[in-house]
Amino acid sequence: MHWPIDLIVLTFVIFCAIAAISVKDLLSTAILFSAYSFLMCLLWTVMGAVDVAFTEASVGAGVSTVFFVAAIFRTSRRTKD
Amino acid sequence: MKLLAFIVVSLTGALLLYGTAEFSDWGDPNSPASLHVSNYYIEKTYEETHAPNFVTAVVTDYRGFDTMFETAVIFCAGLGCFLLLRDFREKKEYFYRHIPTGVILHVKDGKKKITTGKEFEYMDKDWVPQDLINRTACRILIPFIQIYALYVVAHGDYSPGGGFQGGVIFGSSLILLAISYDLQTLVERIREKLLGILAATGVLIYAGIAAICMPMGGNFLDYGKLAPLLPAGSHVRALGMLGVEIGVGIAVMAIMVIIYINIVSVGRHDEGL
Repeated sequence: MHWPIDLIVLTFVIFCAIAAISVKDLLSTAILFSAYSFLMCLLWTVMGAVDVAFTEASVGAGVSTVFFVAAIFRTSRRTKD
Repeated sequence: MKLLAFIVVSLTGALLLYGTAEFSDWGDPNSPASLHVSNYYIEKTYEETHAPNFVTAVVTDYRGFDTMFETAVIFCAGLGCFLLLRDFREKKEYFYRHIPTGVILHVKDGKKKITTGKEFEYMDKDWVPQDLINRTACRILIPFIQIYALYVVAHGDYSPGGGFQGGVIFGSSLILLAISYDLQTLVERIREKLLGILAATGVLIYAGIAAICMPMGGNFLDYGKLAPLLPAGSHVRALGMLGVEIGVGIAVMAIMVIIYINIVSVGRHDEGL
């Protein structure tokens, strides 16, 4: 149905997920998670679940990123492993 | 150890992928999810509740218990954050800036406090100069974000969104205020006590509206029985949903701000991002 959009967005989702676990800088990880959430939001929209997409955009891409950044601000920015 | 973890993760992933092969297609009318109650919802929701957005009707009316306890879970999250992180001890040292000259004072005795006002202003320990562009842009943006949040809450039963999303957007507008100015600005504008009261009020509004239905002769969360109280005619259930959404919005807004303030200032509510 919307397979070109689906395919492109899913590819980016996988890239974001792999990048988020391999990057050493935690601030980058927070932003990558935000991008991941936003791409998931696009996917929900394509599937017609607009309410879920709205929640994903506001909670996943918005507030949770802020909480991650706040937590990093009070702890350390680099991981040990 | 890392190799072992990798093997376990790969195996689990492969099993999950294998499981998805049995899934029915997207939008398949014969999938189990589409065979039981969804037909009833699609056909009868507008007739019964007069709410054009079925999702909101299902979430806050037919499945109202779920949403009520979800709100309670969010409330517990805020409460847990507060109980774990809040630190009431007095701070040892303070920094002030003399505004006309820009001289910074370091007060090491925590009991001696300088009244802030036109001459002195409070300063964070790891202070970075506030950017004028950021500040101005955010000051213009924040009212619009808040109006949009109120729109999302008010149109919960007409368009996508609802109390939860609207509350989160309103909360993030307040967080934006704290980020673009400083935490002190936010804490002075909205006291901690007020936030706590708002969080509890939101949950109480939800439970209260649900409970009022019982003395009116209905079940818990049976908004249809509120008809004698509300001059809404056939839209009484949509109006009940709206009330519940407002409760959820207030609770979520307050709790987002509580969690943010407690995390960013390590529970001291004085300085942060």
